[in-house]
Amino acid sequence: MKAGMTALAVALFASVGSPSAMAADYVIDTTNAHASITFKVSHLGFSWIIGRFDKFSGTFSYDDKNPDASKVNVEIDTTSVDTNLALRDKHLRAADLLDTDMFPTAKFESTAVKSTDGNKATITGNLTLHGVTKEITIDAEHVGGGKDPWGGYRDGFTGTTKITLADYGILRNLGPATKDVELILNIEGVRK
Amino acid sequence: MLIRDTLEGYGIVSRLFHWLMAIAIFGMFALGLWMVRLDYYSPYYNAAPNFHRDLGMLLLLALVVRWLWRAANPKPVSDDLTPAERKISNVVHWGFYVLLLVLMVSGYLISTQDGESIDVFGWFSVPSIFRMPGLEDRAGYIHRLFAYAVIALAVVHTLAALKHHFIDKDDVLGRMWSGPKARPKSKEDNSQ
Repeated sequence: MKAGMTALAVALFASVGSPSAMAADYVIDTTNAHASITFKVSHLGFSWIIGRFDKFSGTFSYDDKNPDASKVNVEIDTTSVDTNLALRDKHLRAADLLDTDMFPTAKFESTAVKSTDGNKATITGNLTLHGVTKEITIDAEHVGGGKDPWGGYRDGFTGTTKITLADYGILRNLGPATKDVELILNIEGVRK
Repeated sequence: MLIRDTLEGYGIVSRLFHWLMAIAIFGMFALGLWMVRLDYYSPYYNAAPNFHRDLGMLLLLALVVRWLWRAANPKPVSDDLTPAERKISNVVHWGFYVLLLVLMVSGYLISTQDGESIDVFGWFSVPSIFRMPGLEDRAGYIHRLFAYAVIALAVVHTLAALKHHFIDKDDVLGRMWSGPKARPKSKEDNSQ
């Protein structure tokens, strides 16, 4: 009985005192596709091609009182690359581009988060792509968060960054306008 | 000039099928090897695969018609061959039909997996009938494998024909080049 009371007290304290007092852990909601990893790449310098990785998973921790303590981890299935053209996707998976047989996963692990102003921050971390790990910086923004209508608690973010393909050993010549790829990330997480 | 095949030799239709498809198959193999290595900025980057696809569909049609023609015609007797040679040549000939069918169907699947049809030289269109995500990769692998297998079989077939022509000095190669010789009587005598 006494143990029960203590547990209740702890639970009460936790529920009253803790919201946002410490970082909460979230699972990125890929199950219901409230998250996406899209990319934008120039075609000959004439237009933009939009593609995305259909399969990925990840988690993050976030504390709205102390956003700089946030962390994020994402793992991407590179074979799920999708640019709405099967022949092009086949080529993207091939050895002269993503080489997904050799490198079936890409990974991002944050190392530091620094708030800039308001709900904006820069997330620094290591991106592993095509077997090469390099540090990148993502310009991120907290879009919103709170209770969802189904009993859960969510927070969502958007971010962009730019990578140079050659930095990751992807050396196929796609033309002078197509050296960089812009990544557009939209991440919504459900609190665990 | 004989149109149909007889027991004594091949008519003009079979011989044209044989030599035109032989040229086309070796040509397609070379074209295939060359086109997948083209630079993105090559003027042939799109044109070469398009031509390969279109001709491939015509060859698929030709293969089916050729098989029907084979089935509807008597098979020339091969009494120049030993029983073992006859067995092997049978396997090689049927092997061509099977390998070529798989080769061409896999090529078709690479191009039509995402619902795109193949517009054959603007004459007619072959619709996509089978869709399955990721199929283009498997079909591509099969296509490459069977292309090498067909060429390997063609090399065996060519060496055998040359052996018959230059070593055995029989009419195995000659009768595929020119029509039936006017010596049916003596042939029949030999076989008895």
